[in-house]
Amino acid sequence: MARFVAIRLARALLTIGMVVTFAFVVLRASGDPARAMLSPETPAAAVEAFRKAWGLDAPVGVQYARYVLAIVQGDLGQSMRDGRAAITVVAERIPVTLMLTGPALALNLLLGIPAGIYAALKHGRLADRLVMAIAVAGFTVPSFVLGLVLVLAFAVELPWFPSGGAGTLRQLVLPVVTLGLGGAAVLARFTRSAMLEVLGQSYIRTASAKGVPWRGVVTGHALPNAAIPVLTIVGFMVGNLIAGTVLVESVFSWPGVGSLLVVSVVSRDLAVVQCILLVVAAAMIVTNVSVDLLYGVLDPRLRDASYPIGGA
Amino acid sequence: MTDACKEPIIEIADLHVAFDNVPALHGVDLSLRRGESVGMVGESGCGKSVTWLAALGLLPQRAQISGSVRLAGEELLHEPASRLDKVRGGRIAMIFQDPASALNPVQKVGDQIIEVLRLHRGMERHAARAEARRLFDQVGIPDPARRLDAYPHEFSGGQNQRIMIAMALAGRPEILIADEPTTALDVTIQAQILDLLQQIQREMGMALVLISHDLGIIGELCERVLVLYAGRVVEEAPVDRLFAQPHHPYTQGLLKALPSLETKPHRLVAIPGVVPSATDLPMGCAFAPRCAQRVERCGEWASELASIPNEGRHKAACLHVASELAPAEVVAA
Repeated sequence: MARFVAIRLARALLTIGMVVTFAFVVLRASGDPARAMLSPETPAAAVEAFRKAWGLDAPVGVQYARYVLAIVQGDLGQSMRDGRAAITVVAERIPVTLMLTGPALALNLLLGIPAGIYAALKHGRLADRLVMAIAVAGFTVPSFVLGLVLVLAFAVELPWFPSGGAGTLRQLVLPVVTLGLGGAAVLARFTRSAMLEVLGQSYIRTASAKGVPWRGVVTGHALPNAAIPVLTIVGFMVGNLIAGTVLVESVFSWPGVGSLLVVSVVSRDLAVVQCILLVVAAAMIVTNVSVDLLYGVLDPRLRDASYPIGGA
Repeated sequence: MTDACKEPIIEIADLHVAFDNVPALHGVDLSLRRGESVGMVGESGCGKSVTWLAALGLLPQRAQISGSVRLAGEELLHEPASRLDKVRGGRIAMIFQDPASALNPVQKVGDQIIEVLRLHRGMERHAARAEARRLFDQVGIPDPARRLDAYPHEFSGGQNQRIMIAMALAGRPEILIADEPTTALDVTIQAQILDLLQQIQREMGMALVLISHDLGIIGELCERVLVLYAGRVVEEAPVDRLFAQPHHPYTQGLLKALPSLETKPHRLVAIPGVVPSATDLPMGCAFAPRCAQRVERCGEWASELASIPNEGRHKAACLHVASELAPAEVVAA
């Protein structure tokens, strides 16, 4: 266990290091922050002063060293736009985004998994085809298209919900549905195939042959086994949700981390973008470690290090 | 043979099974007396396993099944699942070919046995655990108290098959169906498992059906043999009769392909050709295209099991046997 934690920790640090470097390189390679932040008419002297103030005049190597050193000390820099600590700017947006991603993840799981199980149990019948047809439609439509369609239908034509903004429960509905539906569709398809795979296994026949009622075969033998591959997908979906919030927050003017990222990239607010990338990387790492730990709970073969099944 | 007077525990009559209108079984008749051990032999896909999966309602729903399966006089075929759940694992238990995949990989083996004890013997968890420990002892798993909490991947193939046997015994069945129980195991382990099956059958007095493609194994363990080919029983006889005087050319072929330690070494002879696919069965006797004794009439003869003259318990489905008989002696299907 200690070895497992040590390996995960080392891997997490490596990942963070790569994200930090990647963010640094891409943001500097894609344009001059001084030019992007300041208006085109700004006098050259003022631009120079701006560069000096933010340390942009130093050679790139020195900038990188300073930047890494500061991060190691826990200093993620200041926002160039309002001078506050980047971490503060990002942190105040995080709960707003979680208000969106939390319910969206719940929608993913609570809609996708039961739908997949249901379809698998009705394999080949009308109900199965219907659920799968809806699922295919659900994940082929990109979330920004779905978002706009939902706005047209339920905010413009039928003015049941507001088309944007945050604060009330009613404002939450359309963005959560937009963000959660695609993932639910993916999860439904995946759960179905995982269940079908498991239901064809020999131990399911054994369970029936020993007189376990079908309901017990499904809940006691099929579901615990099907949960293992489904968990993998749930891990991926958290990543998709984070990516999805950037789009959905923009469509619905939801003041979360996603829209902050868009604004900060456009204005080359380096520290904030870097900070967001770090937060996202950390979220992904936490997700992956949780998934790995859950694997151990679900699958006894993975608890046993000597058992030759591909490591998670 | 004194057991001839014992009543049959299970009688399968004219069992037909088809998948998507492709027949897999063409009217299998089989009866088993209490405590009897019967072997079923034949190549893969000949219907040995399908017979029992159909009898227990374990085939997928698309399987079309007809005929009759009577357990102690009561019909099982097309009975509701709730009734079959009482029979499966309780009165008829089944063990399968590959024990490693036949056990649930994410459940402790002890819990898998306790499940049977609770379902069929209504035992409380505590009593069930004690009984599971005893069963582990009975099938020869060392250190049962600790091993009950292990998972299938922590056991060897042979041990997993012992666990499967313990699980089958848990419901105190009247019939144990062992479907190729040693095929996936090492040869040395095979012998141990077969010994265990034999010993347990004697101790518990249950009937044993041993499904195998290996006549040698069946010869060791069984009193009676049924030879199946392409979904039909082609020969049925007491084991010693079958080995001494096989009547069906297919059985003769199987025996010629069997190495023997007792008689002087002979050249093993393979049966030419392959089993016809179920979608493309020849007319008449299904074995005719591979048969050295084939005559023209084989292609139109409706294969039927007939008693060998003066050998009431020996039957074969071959034109050469049937044509020597009076019509009255042909056993109705």
